[in-house]
Amino acid sequence: MAAASELAAQNKSHSTDTRPLGERIGSWLDAASPSVLLMPTVLVILLLSIFPLIASLYSALARFQLQQGGFAITFVGFANFNKLLFGSEARKTLGRIGELPAWSWIVLAAFALVMLYFLYQHINRNRVGAFSSIGKTIGFGMGVFWRVLTGIIATFFVFMLVGGLYSDRGIPGTIAVTLIFVFGSVALQYTIGLILALLLTQDIPGKRFFRIIFLLPMMITPVGIGFLFRMLTNTTVGPLGPVWQAAGLAQFSMLEDGGGARLAIIIGDVWQWVPFSFIILLAALEGVSRETIEAARVDGANRWQLFRFIIVPEIVPVSTTVILIRLIETFKIIDVPNALTGGGPGTATESLTLHAFNNWRAIDYGLSAAISYILLFVVTYVAMVFVNIVRRRVLEAFA
Amino acid sequence: MKKLSVLVLLAVLLTLFGAFGVVSAQNQYEGVVIDVLTFTGPQIAEPLQRHAPAFQEATGATVNVITVPFADLYQTILTDQATGTNSYEAFVFAPQWMGDYVSGGYLLDLSDKVGASEELAWDDVGQFFREFSATYQGATYTLPLDGDFHMVYYRIDVLEELGMTPPTTWDEYLAIAEAANGMDMNGDGEGDFGSCIAKKRAEQGYWWIYSIAAPFIQTQGTSQGAFFDTETMNPLTNNAAFIRALEIYKATNAFGPADELNIGVGDTRGLWTAGRCALTVDWGDIGSLAVSEGSNVNGLTGAVITPGSDMVLDRATGELVACDEMTCPNAINGINHAPYAAFGGWSGGISAAIDPTVQQAAFDYFAYVSAPAQSNVDVTIGATGFNPYRISQFEDLAPWVAGGFTEAAAENYLGAIQASLNSPNMVLDLRVPFNQRYQQVVLDEVLSRFLADELTAEEAAAEIEVRWNEITDELGRDAQLAAYTATLGITGGN
Repeated sequence: MAAASELAAQNKSHSTDTRPLGERIGSWLDAASPSVLLMPTVLVILLLSIFPLIASLYSALARFQLQQGGFAITFVGFANFNKLLFGSEARKTLGRIGELPAWSWIVLAAFALVMLYFLYQHINRNRVGAFSSIGKTIGFGMGVFWRVLTGIIATFFVFMLVGGLYSDRGIPGTIAVTLIFVFGSVALQYTIGLILALLLTQDIPGKRFFRIIFLLPMMITPVGIGFLFRMLTNTTVGPLGPVWQAAGLAQFSMLEDGGGARLAIIIGDVWQWVPFSFIILLAALEGVSRETIEAARVDGANRWQLFRFIIVPEIVPVSTTVILIRLIETFKIIDVPNALTGGGPGTATESLTLHAFNNWRAIDYGLSAAISYILLFVVTYVAMVFVNIVRRRVLEAFA
Repeated sequence: MKKLSVLVLLAVLLTLFGAFGVVSAQNQYEGVVIDVLTFTGPQIAEPLQRHAPAFQEATGATVNVITVPFADLYQTILTDQATGTNSYEAFVFAPQWMGDYVSGGYLLDLSDKVGASEELAWDDVGQFFREFSATYQGATYTLPLDGDFHMVYYRIDVLEELGMTPPTTWDEYLAIAEAANGMDMNGDGEGDFGSCIAKKRAEQGYWWIYSIAAPFIQTQGTSQGAFFDTETMNPLTNNAAFIRALEIYKATNAFGPADELNIGVGDTRGLWTAGRCALTVDWGDIGSLAVSEGSNVNGLTGAVITPGSDMVLDRATGELVACDEMTCPNAINGINHAPYAAFGGWSGGISAAIDPTVQQAAFDYFAYVSAPAQSNVDVTIGATGFNPYRISQFEDLAPWVAGGFTEAAAENYLGAIQASLNSPNMVLDLRVPFNQRYQQVVLDEVLSRFLADELTAEEAAAEIEVRWNEITDELGRDAQLAAYTATLGITGGN
């Protein structure tokens, strides 16, 4: 009601504006100039991001075929998604889940209970009464709906991971393999990056030298890392072959086993991207107030207490940002598995991006685009959960 | 005197015209640039690059050889042409892919040019390569630069020590591999390998399975086909023959390097020349690499047609039956051999969308590289990746001896290739539209999963059948069947 009367007053003031026309045009131009100046950039950005999104969505719903003199694109609806999630490619995308061991049911049940607890907390905090407004009731309902959906998807992801890795004859699909790369690699990148950053905040000789050395892997192209690790892990003809043989490991290769191959790729990715976490966390650590630390020391805080109660709260915002960036980037991992293992053995190291790439280079653009959309969904989901739940709760906890 | 003056004048004029002619030939393609796309070498790209300066000196044309990884070559050519980018004037690629390029109208028809070129000596090119590798639906679209067959290579000294003969069946192959595995074959005090086969995913590993499966599946001659039923286009994979081949393929793992599932042909060739393998399956490259500098197996490498089988597929029941006159009409000593023309040999094609002068320059360049003067030497050099494909290359042993072979070794090597080439039961590689989806995507992935114990042999055979049928149905069963049967009308023999 108040808003309506305000609008009416504005309209009245406009209609009764007695300023000269030139002055009115000038003030309108003043008001409009930010939008006018920004509009071309905004439109270009929108076109650059939205057009490919729409074009690739159409590709995901279509089939590309060569024909005399060119090619044809035929609309096939959800056939590509159907093939990936329920058809002949479902085993590859979602994995194969065999008979689950008893402990895995306990893990799944515990995870589902945690999800239910979050839902309960939300309902408890935002309880609506019989006389609440419609808007508030709808908002509450939507909140519950999204949390239930989030819980189901998260539990499904855990089910795919546990089932693919630990069930009888289980095989992780490309979604689960991607999640293993993402969570395994990012956790290690952050931890090692933080340790290195903490080391270089100490008074040690050669700090400047180490800073440069630690940054070097980030400068190498990822496909180079793939080939580097391919040479290093080759126990037969690789440069470390004599070392492997001397160690009695000539008949061992970590790339022959799915778990070992995934570990090799995670090591390669961690080696390359630890510098990213390291350099940003080092900047954050160097920004922590010296006075606060000295004051805490004077008050008798030990090293652990300094770290837990002074340093961690200060670097939490930066840390969550670093983790979010690396999460999103690692979801797109392709170079290292492509060069190191080609996705093998079997499909043990085939990430979603490599899955899409393999179909793209065989000119199956529709299937490739559909896989990319599944990846987009998974990345968006994980990023949203991270930002809305994990980041918020961590920031609240350390506030 | 007057006559003499006229003769001198004529001679001067002829000399001048001759000189102009030479100058004209030398500058025939002055300013023309030919960008040739092929796969990341050093093989194939090396001879193309090496011959470019001499061609430039002779004609004025500049040749740039651009390379991409093997797995990206097919789609790089296709997308370059389909989108009209036309970044490349010529391509050196697998003739298997020709159907996709020709159907899009991207390749120049070379039918008129090949016969007209004296330098090319078209009739010297083996019939199989002229009529299969270079031809599609009756027209010639490529110039063969390479001849490809899978063969089995064995260590002569190791087999002598074991008292065994070269394998004629895949069971014998396994028996030799088992007996030789762990022997020190290069004198370094370490145990070496009974069999080395490149099995890395997303490389060239998916070709080996058909070298093993072919003699179990194809018995009645080349036109019978080994990939699909020629009436229904149903894949010939979900049967006892293919399952047996899968089991043999996997059994070789036990006698290979620890990381055999992750090594490519470059690695296995290195292992062979280092003297670390008793047996391997490969294209013709091993023969010339074995005599190259640094090789530990010069004079110790023997070659033989890929092993066969005395049990073959009964297509009506899907079961294995014993070889007899009816089931194996082409058998030798009761063994059915089916040598596999894997890949078909690197071939040069020219873009249809470029200037005719540049097209002619590209044709002349490929003709120059393929000409006997160049290619008869190139095929004797292991690093080129080129294997024999001309009749003169099989008849004249002099370049082979000059290249480091003994006469006996050259005869053994060329004999193994000719035995494959002349076999009436030779298996042609798959050349239907989008064959990449069948082989590079589905077959490669399923084989890798099978080798990694993700699938049993039965599951792998069934999955290939299901997914190949799915691709066939997507692309149109009738069209795919017509394309497949069309390629089976050619028989071997040079």
